Amino acid sequence: MLEVVIWIALLCCSLSMLGLIYRVIKGPSTADRVIALDSIGVNLIAITALFSVANKSTAFLDIILLIGILAFIGTVAFAKYLERGEIIENEPNR
Amino acid sequence: MSLIVNFLIAFFILAGAFLCLIAAFGVIRLPDVYTRNHAASKATTLGVMFILVGTFIYFYAFLDHFNSRLILGFVFLFMTSPISGHLINRSAYNSGVKLWDKSVRDDLKAYNEGRDKSPL
Repeated sequence: MLEVVIWIALLCCSLSMLGLIYRVIKGPSTADRVIALDSIGVNLIAITALFSVANKSTAFLDIILLIGILAFIGTVAFAKYLERGEIIENEPNR
Repeated sequence: MSLIVNFLIAFFILAGAFLCLIAAFGVIRLPDVYTRNHAASKATTLGVMFILVGTFIYFYAFLDHFNSRLILGFVFLFMTSPISGHLINRSAYNSGVKLWDKSVRDDLKAYNEGRDKSPL
C-alpha cells in the first residue's frame, strides 16, 4: 500500500512543480518568479523526502535541511535586491 | 499496530501532496502577486511539513531510526518559509507592483501618503 501512496504523492509533487514552472515562465513581475522559484525549492524538499522513503535509505535526509537553508537565503537575497538595488550594502558611516 | 502506522503515514503523505498540488493551483490561478504569495507560502509550507512528518514516522517505525535532522528540517521550514514570503511581498510592494483591480483596501498606501498616521 505504501509504495502506491508514495508514487501518487511523487506524481502530485511533480505536477505542482510543473505548474510552478509555468508561473516562472509566464509571471508578469519578478516577484512572481521569485515566489514560484521559492515554492519549487520547497517542493524539491518534499520530493527528496518521498524519494528517500521510496528507496528506504536515510542517506538523503541531510539534503532536506540543505535545500531549505539554500532556498531561504536565495529568497532573502532576491528580496533585498528587488527592494534596495544591492544585496550587500557598503556604507562605512551611516 | 503496523497497519495503524501504515495508515498514519499514508494519510500524512497524501495530505501533504494534496496541499502541494493545491498550492500550485493557487499560484497558477490567483490574480496578483500578493494572493499568489498567500497561496504559495502557506499551503506549500503545510504540505511539505506533512510530508516530512510522514517521512519521520516511516523511518522511526519501520527502520527504527530516529532522524533528528528531519525534525530540524521541519522546524527550520516552519520558521523561515513565512519570513521569505513576507520579504518577497514587501519588496514587491516597495518596487511598485500593482494590486489586483478589484482589491478594495490598501492601508499601506494611505500610510505612505501621510493620510493615516496610526501605526500599522
